[in-house]
Amino acid sequence: MLNISGIHEGFVLDHIQAGMSMNIYHDLKLDDMDCAVAIIMNVRSSKMGKKDIIKVECPIEELDLDILGFIDHNITVNVIKGDKIVEKKRLTLPKQVKNVIKCKNPRCVTSIEQELDQIFFLTDENREVYRCKYCEEKYSNLDKMSARKKAAH
Amino acid sequence: MRHLMNPLDFTVEELDVLLDLANDIEEHPEKYAHACDGKKLATCFYEPSTRTRLSFEAAMLNLGGSVLGFASADSSSAAKGESISDTVRVISCYADICAIRHPKEGAALVASQRSGIPVINAGDGGHQHPTQTLTDLLTIRSLKGRLGDLTIGLCGDLKFGRTVHSLINALIRYEHVRFILISPEELRVPDYIREDVLRANNIEFEEVERLEDAIGSLDVLYMTRVQKERFFNEEDYIRLKDYYILTKAKMELARPDMLVLHPLPRVNEISVEVDDDPRAVYFKQAQYGVYVRMALILTLLGLTGGATC
Repeated sequence: MLNISGIHEGFVLDHIQAGMSMNIYHDLKLDDMDCAVAIIMNVRSSKMGKKDIIKVECPIEELDLDILGFIDHNITVNVIKGDKIVEKKRLTLPKQVKNVIKCKNPRCVTSIEQELDQIFFLTDENREVYRCKYCEEKYSNLDKMSARKKAAH
Repeated sequence: MRHLMNPLDFTVEELDVLLDLANDIEEHPEKYAHACDGKKLATCFYEPSTRTRLSFEAAMLNLGGSVLGFASADSSSAAKGESISDTVRVISCYADICAIRHPKEGAALVASQRSGIPVINAGDGGHQHPTQTLTDLLTIRSLKGRLGDLTIGLCGDLKFGRTVHSLINALIRYEHVRFILISPEELRVPDYIREDVLRANNIEFEEVERLEDAIGSLDVLYMTRVQKERFFNEEDYIRLKDYYILTKAKMELARPDMLVLHPLPRVNEISVEVDDDPRAVYFKQAQYGVYVRMALILTLLGLTGGATC
């Protein structure tokens, strides 16, 4: 059995799809943060078969949970304070994501106008569809999965 | 400050006020001949357009205002690499309102974010062309007296035609509107129009391949051009092209009060022999385009004399 010590303040991100924890590590920009991180991969799970877990020791206001909601809103976020779980957060799809994904429409103005933020709005919650603020190009869950698979390989 | 990016930026009620104003301009042009005295419209056209640019310019001149601008990207500072944001900031110092056409989708929205004056989207690539939709709505409402209770036939290239997509989106807000979509299989409306717009809103529609099969039941026939280069092979084009050419013979199958609209330019999809038919209103539609742009300029400049949108 692998033992990793508990954390005093921070997060435990549970139920991450097996193999995806390194992507999430980068997406959350944990490599830029000065904090202790434990990544546990391929843990047995009754719900998922296999799963990944990330433990992050950091002040709780430092993590952008909106991005996490966009990446995978099925992840369970345990908020730790004073060595105890003080909250289990349910993630929701953020209404807007900024500079996380890029518009792939070559005719979109974001392809020529410098310093324009890449902004996507959630337009269909059930189907997890986001659309570019400028050209309304669709970015669906399917695009998200294929982008993540590509990154994983 | 208000801009126009998308035909749906106006609510149905706001649209009614705007179209009423356009009709009043049509009936009493003299009342509005000096409404924009001393005001300037900048037409920033990064790609060539004849009708839209001249229609905007005619609209401002009819209101007593003046116009300035450029007609292609080559003759603007874009050729030197200036961003849209910077150009519109500068234009804001020279003019009171701006109409922008740009090949990139979302360009007008970028301009509106940095502009100190109202911005009108005069076409952003294949994305939106709201003043064409306003023109279509004004034409139908003026000549039919209503925008609900209509069977609208949309014929030709329904896949790539942005005017068709915008018109469908605008018309589904009215009650009892039914669509007959007439096109070859290759050029049917995109899935998102069929699923997200028509089916999602329980709008009655039918897809057919031959104009003759549908024309007899239509209140309005909206024609668009079927371009040869859209087909995968020439055989299909030759087999299908005549289905989408409106002739005098096909007009005989239509109701006596059906209207024929076309965003223009027409190439050969409407035979010239149809032009004399009183039901052919596409040139009148171009005139309505000027009235609706006049109403829009007045509205966005806040010069409607109380009747604001």
